[in-house]
Amino acid sequence: MRTGSPNLIVKVFVTPRQGILDPQGRAAEGALKSLGFTNVSSVRVGRYIVLDIAAPSASAAADEAKKMCEQLLVNPLIEDYRFEVDDA
Amino acid sequence: MKWGVVRFPGSLDDHDALHALRDVLGQDARMLWHKDARLEGAECIVLPGGFSYGDYLRCGAIARFSPIMQSVTRFAAEGGMVLGICNGFQILCEAHLLPGALTRNRSLSFICEQVTVRVENARTPFTCATREGELLRLPIKHGEGCYVAPEAELREMEERGQVLLRYVDAGGRVSDEANPNGSMRAIAGVANERFNVFGLMPHPEHAVERTLAGGEDGCKLFRSLIEHAR
Repeated sequence: MRTGSPNLIVKVFVTPRQGILDPQGRAAEGALKSLGFTNVSSVRVGRYIVLDIAAPSASAAADEAKKMCEQLLVNPLIEDYRFEVDDA
Repeated sequence: MKWGVVRFPGSLDDHDALHALRDVLGQDARMLWHKDARLEGAECIVLPGGFSYGDYLRCGAIARFSPIMQSVTRFAAEGGMVLGICNGFQILCEAHLLPGALTRNRSLSFICEQVTVRVENARTPFTCATREGELLRLPIKHGEGCYVAPEAELREMEERGQVLLRYVDAGGRVSDEANPNGSMRAIAGVANERFNVFGLMPHPEHAVERTLAGGEDGCKLFRSLIEHAR
């Protein structure tokens, strides 16, 4: 850990954008239904990214994470995302 | 004509592209390294197929940040010709040099087969050696070739003639069965608004010799660029 700013864990959840065909989600949903989970719907299969960010505050870490998502981690044409800052 | 074929870590079809350009079409083509920013005076840049940077994160997402792509982006902004094949098409979309994105095939399977594509616009530097409506037989081999773009953007692209190639059946008709990967509007290849950047999922570089299974329809796309440069 660097002195100065504490390290904060940011969890980023990326999912196929609503309205975009998600063949993985559809295949998983079909398999779940065949297992008897008939109450499941709208299954989306995405990506989970954990970031360890040195930042002075949770909001500063969130700002950084947002920039990382916009510049690289997420393609907004095909993906939605949200993230959580773990400041425990 | 001087061509530059970019080799990224994970590129697969760079040699086939060089072979097609040098040995079959008699062009002055050289390999460019992704860490170099120099384009060596190339008049057309080819981004070949493969799995650049292991396809990590998203296909083409990491390659976009390589030093050579900064030069390719400037080159395209100045009107230079850029051709992206398969992974090259994915890189061009990620770099915002082309509209839309390429996602997982509808079938979830990697597809390797011959397809028929129809030339939708023959008045471009990439298709001028073909006829509008002409059918080309080209191979595809990809897991993520499903083309998507916002509906409003697709309409504008169609109006401007940016959709250059579409998957069709042997009779030249668009159908769900003839769409190998689920691409919106059966799109196989698109150009940018200026028509100096073109990306396609089929592999013209694998279809340059009659004696090989791929046929030679791919030559028509390369010859278009050569004729246009004259």
